[in-house]
Amino acid sequence: MQISLSHFLIVGALLFCFGLVTVTTRRNAVGVLMGVELILNGANVNFAAFNHYVVGGVSGQVFALFVIVLAAAEAAVGLAIVLAVFQTFKTIDVRYADLMRE
Amino acid sequence: MTQTTGKILGWILGTALATGFVVVMGQLAIVPAMKAMPPGETTATGLAEVLFYVIAGLTIAGAAGVALSRNILYSAIGLLAALLGAGALYVFLAADFLAVAQLLVYIGGVLVLVLFAVMLTNRITEITVSNASLGLWGGAMLFVAVAPVLLAVALVTPWETITPAAAAYTTETIGDGLLTRWLLPFEIASMVLLATLVGAVVIARKEIKAD
Repeated sequence: MQISLSHFLIVGALLFCFGLVTVTTRRNAVGVLMGVELILNGANVNFAAFNHYVVGGVSGQVFALFVIVLAAAEAAVGLAIVLAVFQTFKTIDVRYADLMRE
Repeated sequence: MTQTTGKILGWILGTALATGFVVVMGQLAIVPAMKAMPPGETTATGLAEVLFYVIAGLTIAGAAGVALSRNILYSAIGLLAALLGAGALYVFLAADFLAVAQLLVYIGGVLVLVLFAVMLTNRITEITVSNASLGLWGGAMLFVAVAPVLLAVALVTPWETITPAAAAYTTETIGDGLLTRWLLPFEIASMVLLATLVGAVVIARKEIKAD
């Protein structure tokens, strides 16, 4: 069976679903951020797949590159916020972080 | 003691499942493909397909590990597998520059950052680095609700596909595009990165309290 667009879309969809489950069920803030990374990767796989099988050229790849850049920025700021929350509350359980500052 | 026994049983079961998977895959896919294939060019496509399934399985297994693992360090390892697999899938999609960017930015940058955050925010003396999850049933129901819809869309929709272009180096085209057609988003992305740099330092620094 030839590898087609659907194969890549299935992988992207499963990445997205597992990311969604991670974001909704984790209590650990770092775990939530990992879920966000999974969701962004699922979207990126779809971008590259549609670019290869539907559009041609490199526009989808450039879009995926921008997504990677923004994901890196999001990870840096998100983890800085996690560290700040840890300093304030001595835990990174997202249920207990309910104040903007002490 | 029972926990250790359970762990050992789990590892044995996992190894048996993995071995069984490889054997069954070999019987079902690889051996018939080798037999049916006349020697020559077609062997390469068969190998590519097997490789695709292996890498897709690695990616999805890693993602499942992130979602289900009880230990956040194992979750980070699962994230490593998922990101590596996604990077390898880009190679299948003739996106070589994207694959290398994924490797450098995600694995070299984001994953290391995540590991740093794990190490800095958990007490290392605790043996099990906690990664408790609430409502695994809720998560399972969410998965059951969302996954079939997305899979059905991916499978049923009659996508208007083109014949994919042969694999070629994309770096030059992307570089040209970033400095002509996508110049504005490129510059905005650099501003965003600068703001991120400053913002992350400001947020994460230790506040000096005036007594």
